Amino acid sequence: MTAPLETLLIPRPEGLYCPAGDFHIDPVRPVDRAVITHGHADHARVGHRAVLAAQQTLDIMAIRYGADFAQTTQAADTEQTVNGVRLSLHPAGHVLGSCQIAIEHDGLRAVVSGDYSRVANPVCAPFAPVPCDLFVTEATFALPVFRHPTPETEIARLLASVDAFPDRAHLIGAYALGKAQRVIMLLRQAGYDAPIYIHGALQRLCDYHLEQGVPLGDLRPATMDKAEARALQRAIVIAPPSAFASAWVQRFADPVIGMASGWMQIRARARQRGVELPLIISDHVDWPDLTRTIEEVDPAEFWITHGREDALMRWAELTQRRARPLHLVGYEDDPE
Amino acid sequence: MMAFADLLERLAFTPGRNAKLAHMTRYFQTAPDPDRGHALAALTGNLDAGRAKPALLREMVGQVVDPELFAMSYDYVGDLAETIALIWPTAEAPRDIPLATVVQALGDASRMQVPGLVAGWLDVLPPSGRLALLKLVTGGLRVGVSTRMALTALAAIGTVPRDEIEELWAGFTPPYTPLFAWLEGGARPELTIRAPFRPVMLSTPIDADGLAPLDAAEFTAEWKWDGIRVQAAAEGETRRLYSRTGEDISGSFPDIVDAMDFDGTLDGELIVRRGDRVAPFGDLQKRLGRKSPGKALLKSHPAALRLYDVLIWQGDDLRGLPFAARRGRLEQALRGLHPDRFDLSQTLDFADWAALAALRADPPDPVIEGVMLKRRDSAYVAGRPRGPWFKWKRDPMVVDAVLLYAQRGHGKRSGFYSDFTFGVWDGTGLVPVGKAYSGFTDEELRRLDRFVRTNTTDRFGPVRALAPELVVEVAFEGLNRSTRHKSGVAMRFPRIARIRWDKPAAEADRIDTLRALLP
Ligand SMILES: [Zn+2]
Ligand SMILES: [Zn+2]
Repeated sequence: MTAPLETLLIPRPEGLYCPAGDFHIDPVRPVDRAVITHGHADHARVGHRAVLAAQQTLDIMAIRYGADFAQTTQAADTEQTVNGVRLSLHPAGHVLGSCQIAIEHDGLRAVVSGDYSRVANPVCAPFAPVPCDLFVTEATFALPVFRHPTPETEIARLLASVDAFPDRAHLIGAYALGKAQRVIMLLRQAGYDAPIYIHGALQRLCDYHLEQGVPLGDLRPATMDKAEARALQRAIVIAPPSAFASAWVQRFADPVIGMASGWMQIRARARQRGVELPLIISDHVDWPDLTRTIEEVDPAEFWITHGREDALMRWAELTQRRARPLHLVGYEDDPE
Repeated sequence: MMAFADLLERLAFTPGRNAKLAHMTRYFQTAPDPDRGHALAALTGNLDAGRAKPALLREMVGQVVDPELFAMSYDYVGDLAETIALIWPTAEAPRDIPLATVVQALGDASRMQVPGLVAGWLDVLPPSGRLALLKLVTGGLRVGVSTRMALTALAAIGTVPRDEIEELWAGFTPPYTPLFAWLEGGARPELTIRAPFRPVMLSTPIDADGLAPLDAAEFTAEWKWDGIRVQAAAEGETRRLYSRTGEDISGSFPDIVDAMDFDGTLDGELIVRRGDRVAPFGDLQKRLGRKSPGKALLKSHPAALRLYDVLIWQGDDLRGLPFAARRGRLEQALRGLHPDRFDLSQTLDFADWAALAALRADPPDPVIEGVMLKRRDSAYVAGRPRGPWFKWKRDPMVVDAVLLYAQRGHGKRSGFYSDFTFGVWDGTGLVPVGKAYSGFTDEELRRLDRFVRTNTTDRFGPVRALAPELVVEVAFEGLNRSTRHKSGVAMRFPRIARIRWDKPAAEADRIDTLRALLP
């Protein structure tokens, strides 16, 4: 079983490589031909010669790195052939444009899922399970303690805190691609229709979501002066977590600092961040969704790219599934 | 349980005192009886629900989760109750269980019944409810709320002042239904509490300039001893020693309690005293940490009260009398008390403020931290009224230290680096000697903040290590020996008095300077 699979996919230091098609998927070092699952910086890197990805992922890379981030780019169709290998894209439910990459050759199919989530996300298409012989999964939240509550309950907690402390601005840390827009959409769906303030670092990606038809509503730049910031009532401000360590935050008087991340489920992680309002909102699969997905896809073998692989290996042992940790270096633990 | 769990969650992550109070008040306003009463008991340390040991919980979780997966999870999470709360299988349709139901059932259960009860609740509660339950049954609530804070939050649900609640507090028992009824507009309950806590009268700080316009003849002066302010109340068979915030600390001081064979309420400083010698504060700290001290400790660290005032004596409430009259009654009262456990705080003879300043500058004992001034005509009133009582502290000790680490502040200082660890020279290196976060103007905060951003050498979570460049003048009230600190010394109430932008780090003080100040 192992040998034929490896004509389809092998782990290399620079990332997963498809020998039959001669391309890498989400390589962490510059390569000749790269196929990219989604626009997060640890998966979509700069410096490859040719890049194949969903149009939205290419757009996001251009926004982040400039239009010349690769020598040639090609927007993937739902299905195409690369050097005789059939390659198709399937929604991963992670961030705008995120896709799983399915490759088929000699009657075998491998699916590289990138990062993925099974919870409905208003900013992107839902994950579509693709039956396969080899499933490559992340393991960011692969411990049985990670069972994320529904994002709606977390947003309700945020709004309850806004009601309790209307004159303290609520500053919510959220990563610039995906999480920020998701939090905004969740607020809109919960009926919060006031302007939402965004940190400058989120502007271009929010604009892009609006262009792509994600109705984020009235967004305003959080560049008000001190007097204005302190006069705000029931204000919600979204910012990248790094902004809380910058001078920007000083314009707010006694703000409630929140953070939207799957890590917030662990108190020590929330404390470490100095967070007053931890919101457990994740764009990755939690433990039940991860194990359920493997059962649904039901591969002959699954590989683990990055995260907490030892618990998943133990689960594979208990459920008698073939699994292999790849220990790929270069994917961050934290780009939630 | 879920409303209480939500309260605990917010308290655990809320740094600001006012926000903590707001969360508690909101809970007391919205939660039903008797749940909120049990919650109040839990917050004030009066709920005795600690029925399960960690070993029992581990055994229980071992029956529902693969032990290896549990071990990996526990290793990652780091807290047993939290790991179990997260990993325990969640029901299809979780539901809430009233806090009162849990408290009641735990109270009635035999030891053998506890595991079954707890497992049954874990099966139906949602995860955050499970955590609150586990913290409750292991007796490890730890949310950083004092009784006084809880009562302050409680007072805000109605119009009864906190002091009045505090005075009757000891007469209520969980779940405090008559207390809530009173605060929400009912009649003040008639209580027969024995030896209740009486809210303490506190002094305000003053300095030489503040004293100048006052008439020295109107004041009595006493030494201010470096112990802790307490109240000793005895009535019938009941004897209680209270801290100045009303916590009952009788259990830690059986030697004092045994000697309280009087009927009244006395105010004084709790110290460790060997014969005439008052021991340094560190000796008292050894006693404060011990819930039930052993014979050896009682002998080596004998506690005593140095009496300042009398509030009640043999049924008479003396608080309305002038201080001078109360002082006379106190001197009489002392005659019947055991001299090893009780003595009188001496009054000082002084003709004018200059004479008092001379006394204060050269106190007869190193454990004195200044002088207290009381108007001769002052009644004993609760709280900190400005005017009748002052404390004129000895000038603080100062040392020049170098900033080593910075951390961002909370609340009003959000976003600014305002919490600092500083150190002094030990050989060619710097050894940390304390932490402080007070005493900056807005302008200084901004300048410090810039300094931190441009001088960071390393980061550990929210903490930044700094290049050893900036000298600060640190003022503190005293120094203790410490085995927990690498420097061997621990400062009392350190604060940054001045930032010495001008002073080179090499000219900061050395550890020997501090050691020389040890008592
Ligand atoms: Zn990602
Ligand atoms: Zn990733």
